[in-house]
Amino acid sequence: MSAATFIEESPTGVEPPRHPKQPDYLHDGYGLKSWLTTHDHKRIGILYLIAITFFFLIGGIAATLMRIELVTPNTDLVTSETYNKLFTLHGVTMVWFFLIPSIPSVLGNFLIPMMIGAKDVAFPRLNLLSWYIFILGGCFTLYSLIAGGVDTGWTFYTPYSTVYSNGHVLAMAAGIFITGFSSIFTGLNFIVTIHTMRAPGMHWFRLPLFVWSMYATSLILVLATPVLAITLALMAVERFTGVGVFNPSMGGDPLLFQHLFWFYSHPAVYIMILPGMGVVSELIACFSRKRIFGYKFVAFASLAIAILGFIVWGHHLFVASQSIYAGLVFSILSFLVSVPSAIKVFNWTATLYKGRIFFHTPMLYALGFIGLFTIGGLSGLALATLAIDMHVHGTYFVIAHFHYIMVGGMLMAYLGGIHFWWPKISGRMYNEKLAQFSAAVIFVGFNLTFFPQFILGYLGMPRRYPAYPPEWQVFHVLSSAGASVLAVGYAIPLCYLIWSFFFGRPAPQNPWNASGLEWTHALSPPIRTNFEEIPIVTKEAYDYPYPETPNRA
Amino acid sequence: MNLLAFDLPFVPKQASAQAGQVDAIFFAITVLSALLCVLLFVAITYCLIRYRSKSNADRTMSMAGHNLVEVVWSVIPMLIFIGLFIWGAIVYVEARNPPKNALTVYVVGLQWYWDIEHEEGPHEIGELHVPLNQPVRLVMTSQDVIHDFYVPAFRTKMDVVPGKYTEEWFTPIEPGRFRVFCNQYCGTKHGQMTAWIDVMKPQDYQAWLVGAGANTESIVQTGARLFRAHNCSSCHDDNSQVAAPDLHNIYGRQVPLSDGTFVTADDEYLRDSILTPAAQVVAGYKSIMPVYKGQISEPDIMAIIAYIKSLTPTPSASRPTSNQP
Repeated sequence: MSAATFIEESPTGVEPPRHPKQPDYLHDGYGLKSWLTTHDHKRIGILYLIAITFFFLIGGIAATLMRIELVTPNTDLVTSETYNKLFTLHGVTMVWFFLIPSIPSVLGNFLIPMMIGAKDVAFPRLNLLSWYIFILGGCFTLYSLIAGGVDTGWTFYTPYSTVYSNGHVLAMAAGIFITGFSSIFTGLNFIVTIHTMRAPGMHWFRLPLFVWSMYATSLILVLATPVLAITLALMAVERFTGVGVFNPSMGGDPLLFQHLFWFYSHPAVYIMILPGMGVVSELIACFSRKRIFGYKFVAFASLAIAILGFIVWGHHLFVASQSIYAGLVFSILSFLVSVPSAIKVFNWTATLYKGRIFFHTPMLYALGFIGLFTIGGLSGLALATLAIDMHVHGTYFVIAHFHYIMVGGMLMAYLGGIHFWWPKISGRMYNEKLAQFSAAVIFVGFNLTFFPQFILGYLGMPRRYPAYPPEWQVFHVLSSAGASVLAVGYAIPLCYLIWSFFFGRPAPQNPWNASGLEWTHALSPPIRTNFEEIPIVTKEAYDYPYPETPNRA
Repeated sequence: MNLLAFDLPFVPKQASAQAGQVDAIFFAITVLSALLCVLLFVAITYCLIRYRSKSNADRTMSMAGHNLVEVVWSVIPMLIFIGLFIWGAIVYVEARNPPKNALTVYVVGLQWYWDIEHEEGPHEIGELHVPLNQPVRLVMTSQDVIHDFYVPAFRTKMDVVPGKYTEEWFTPIEPGRFRVFCNQYCGTKHGQMTAWIDVMKPQDYQAWLVGAGANTESIVQTGARLFRAHNCSSCHDDNSQVAAPDLHNIYGRQVPLSDGTFVTADDEYLRDSILTPAAQVVAGYKSIMPVYKGQISEPDIMAIIAYIKSLTPTPSASRPTSNQP
């Protein structure tokens, strides 16, 4: 590999001489026990990385089987029942066991203490407990899978889930219920850490935007997840004891479930995208060598999204027989929540202007994020429009929309973040050319998979159908072809990252010449306590060469 | 009004009066979005090329923020969004309020088929015949789980919810057969819960009505039969000795309740009064009617309501559900 792997220019931060007296965190204790009893936020981040990669594989296999089934218009590879179980498994594992913990629990855990100049999170034991709770919840979910699966869809709509479904609904709901506590504890830990453990001089407007977005995310985790717990508990009560809550034949209201479910699950959408936005802000700034444009606007946009995100849940109920007045209110609010997202996209674009741009792998993912998130967000405007939603609600248009946000957005940001901080996490460099190639494969595969689904949706293809009219086959074949490209795109990084973890070239402390404390003041990989001494922060975040004038907004 | 009365690629046939309006908004949003994407992607590409690391482009006077710029790119999208909201809301409100001259069809969703009753008589499963250019109102409920009656060619759908009546209406403007999908996941064979809508020229429709309805009783006749079978008639008939409200001329009218409030005697109220009579008792009567909850199937309740409705001479004000602005 050439020196072009690194960004070489005059150092931007203080580069203290490093002669470690302590081993790095990967070598500070060996053996399974030292990992499973660790209180180190970095090791816990790695435990999460392994766990969610496992669940991503399960969810991915389910998606692959669905895409193979959908190559032909008839239900031929699997039965309807199996298909229903596959999309439920795909949804549940991807939402609760991959997307929600992805950036927060892996990168958030690894980075937040280092970014704010702390030795660890505020409650290291609680942090480890969060991981064990996550694994316990995962075990329940895996049990429900092995025991025969669940066919309710990840949305668990009543009265189907409480009365009519024969699957192992309670086990899967228990898994999600338990995992929710992991989310709450992690969110709590981050909020307290960010409030109380910032290094001297690290005031709020010197925080990296990743920390701001994680703060906003943590607020949602703490405030919304209990509602999900209540909803699932009520569902379990109705299913198990026959007490009518949601079932109309027992005096319940099925719409109540949908209100409660989306009161959690819409904010959860922002749990899944805000951390991605935080990562992208870091990447764009670093690889443009420029302070992020409109720092405070980007920071407050995160909080605005977190707050507005709580009052738009009713846009999932435009055609669910919610009142027309409610529909009108939720429609306008849904339009307004897209303003802060637009602000972010414009600010990232403005950051590129007059920067000095490098095209390393993390930057490719960040640019891919901006493009795909923009398309996903704009298709969200169509869905927020009441008249259009009457047509495309519950169709592949919705599927395409949220996969552009969740996969095109969050997953691209996650992979970008993993590649950016990989030298810090593993202390190793990966093969840059191979990484750039696989980023391109993922981008192409993603669009080929999901763009045809916009067209299918507008044509009227409903979601959760294993069969479809033959005239739509061409779009399904394109989508399935894209999915296979996407699968290859995910397999390559999995291989070279694992390889590089053990055999990669040792990484320097700051290969990207980035400005965060985790780069300027911590080794690659860092020691157990991150820093030999707590740094004193004298500069704002994104202390990059541009803009050149000290007159900064 | 059909704003886009031509076939577009990747767009299903515009077979209802509303389809063109929905497509027009969608078309507008798509064009706006595409413009924004092009602008943004051109700007990004320009920056990526001009300010690539190896270029010597002028980087002086670069900025890390500008309040006026932030305000401009927040306010302009917001104004566009509000405009889009208003346009979409106008079409939506119209699409949720059926006209008074609409033909009423009763639809019950069951795992995994559609049970459809015409007011004039015929009873259909999995197929709905409607006349061209005539507004049709579907009054829908479910016998089991939540379903959804979705007609892509009409650009409309509505959930079919157990325990309540929802409605959906459309004016077909193209003769032909159009697909119906259940669009709310309802269990194992959800993917097979499809149906067809047959839009027929009015004369063909009349011929079909006569042919299909010849050997069956109409929904009103069914309702009358059930009204007697369930002993409703022993109290609610004219010459009954029991003090029960007279059901003639009540459909669509304001009914005084014993708690001093009024309620409109629409489909939903009639349904509730059959299933849980004690909830809203008519002023001046005792709460002595038995509970029919769990005793009568959804299609039968619809038939009884159709019968009660027939006791009120048309034209009746048919504004049956409560969610009307």
